[in-house]
Amino acid sequence: MKIMTCPLNGPRNISEFAYGGEVKDLPAPGCDNETWVDYVYLQENLAGVVKEWWYHTPTAFWFIAERDTRTDTILKTYAASEVFKERVDFSAGPKE
Amino acid sequence: MPFGLLKFGLSKGHPVPRALPAASDLRDSYDVVIIGGGGHGLATAYYLARDWGITNVAVLEKGYVGGGNTGRNTAIIRSNYLTPEGVKFYDESVNLYKDLANDFDMNIMYSERGHFTLAHTDSAIRTMRWRAEVNKHMGIESELVMRDELQRMVPQLNYSEDVRYPILGALYHAPGAIARHDAVAWGYGAGAAQRGATIHQKTEVTGLEITRANGNPRRITGVHTNRGTIKAGKVIQCVAGMSGEVARMAGFKLPIKTIPLQACVSQPLKPFLDAIVVSGSLHVYVSQSSRGELVMGGSTDPYGVYMTRSTLDFKEGLMMHMMELLPFIGEVKLLRQWAGMTDMTPDFAPIMGETPVDNYYIDAGWGTWGFKATPVVGKRNAEMLATGKVPDLIKPFALQRFHDFTLLGEKGAASVGH
Repeated sequence: MKIMTCPLNGPRNISEFAYGGEVKDLPAPGCDNETWVDYVYLQENLAGVVKEWWYHTPTAFWFIAERDTRTDTILKTYAASEVFKERVDFSAGPKE
Repeated sequence: MPFGLLKFGLSKGHPVPRALPAASDLRDSYDVVIIGGGGHGLATAYYLARDWGITNVAVLEKGYVGGGNTGRNTAIIRSNYLTPEGVKFYDESVNLYKDLANDFDMNIMYSERGHFTLAHTDSAIRTMRWRAEVNKHMGIESELVMRDELQRMVPQLNYSEDVRYPILGALYHAPGAIARHDAVAWGYGAGAAQRGATIHQKTEVTGLEITRANGNPRRITGVHTNRGTIKAGKVIQCVAGMSGEVARMAGFKLPIKTIPLQACVSQPLKPFLDAIVVSGSLHVYVSQSSRGELVMGGSTDPYGVYMTRSTLDFKEGLMMHMMELLPFIGEVKLLRQWAGMTDMTPDFAPIMGETPVDNYYIDAGWGTWGFKATPVVGKRNAEMLATGKVPDLIKPFALQRFHDFTLLGEKGAASVGH
């Protein structure tokens, strides 16, 4: 069984977790279509060390994991608050 | 009679001539370079030579011919998909498959079995009806059979109500078939080589030479390999699993996640199961090979890796449901297990055609539906490379669809939740 260390719950079976996609910068509201295409569909899909969102299902906790996709090893996991230190301001509205 | 074998052993017909010519040096330049020597790449080379007379072609393969997903799938061939675009496309493939053994003069063990997609819920019955209607409209043999009739057709399954997901009915696709997947790769490879194409195994592409004259458009001019650089007229990437990495060399991103799909076979059993049985709800598909092995697959892994390892989680999940469908296999042992790296696209449809780089074409995003498409992909890729125009049949699969927000939504794909 593969074990992942949840920043909130400690080491748990990998089946308790759900993969949530690559960590990407959210496009600014009102950006052009290509930026949205890149954000929504296109993947880095790197064979190497990746930074991804993961979710601990039983406790509904989102966090960030760094993994090596060539060796299926989990390098480190940490709370999203270590990356996103400031509140994201969505009220800016579309750019004129 | 015993002397017949001895006579053959000593005759000129033995050993059988090798299917692929011995390794040769790379030429300085090729009209067409095909990256990836799996079924799709070899089929493209085959039809380029056979139908269009283009033989200055190199197929570059990092490992050995057919060693990737061509030899790692569960060899199911069918065309009962959901979208009209998909149904039309896969139907051409099934029709090509039927003549393939004659084309190759080689037995690919194409065996029509009948393909049953089980439904365990009312909503699944509704989807099956939908699929059956789309299929019939497109002229494909496909119908919904309810439980009583299904029980007569496939009596081997467990029809008890006393299980987590009782069987309510199934989508029945009579032309559903299996074939020997290595033979398909070898048949195409040998056929292409006989007609003049060159196949370079253990030749890894390490970079692409792309020139940019005064900004756009960018154009491909050559391919760097571990055996030197070659000039290329047109290049097509036919790699699965590594599609994103190869596209990165060409300088663009793909809407693809690389996720392993695992499969396994049991020890050989006496023939008892002629049908191909699939259940989307249970994440199971099973058929019995001509050697008697049960060929079993489940759903894709829950997260992406660039590995072909097997996991216990997968087998536990698969067998839990297999035991529900076929309770008597409890004592049967597993013989082999393996995995392939699949290209998963957001709409479960492939990506074919032009790319942002001139003369550089793509054949990717084949997730869990690549083997059954091998002949039609080869034929249409060849047409595209020879004429420079994207055939109508594969136009809906363009990479551009993600930029135009015209995704396909192929809910007839196997091994994936929709």
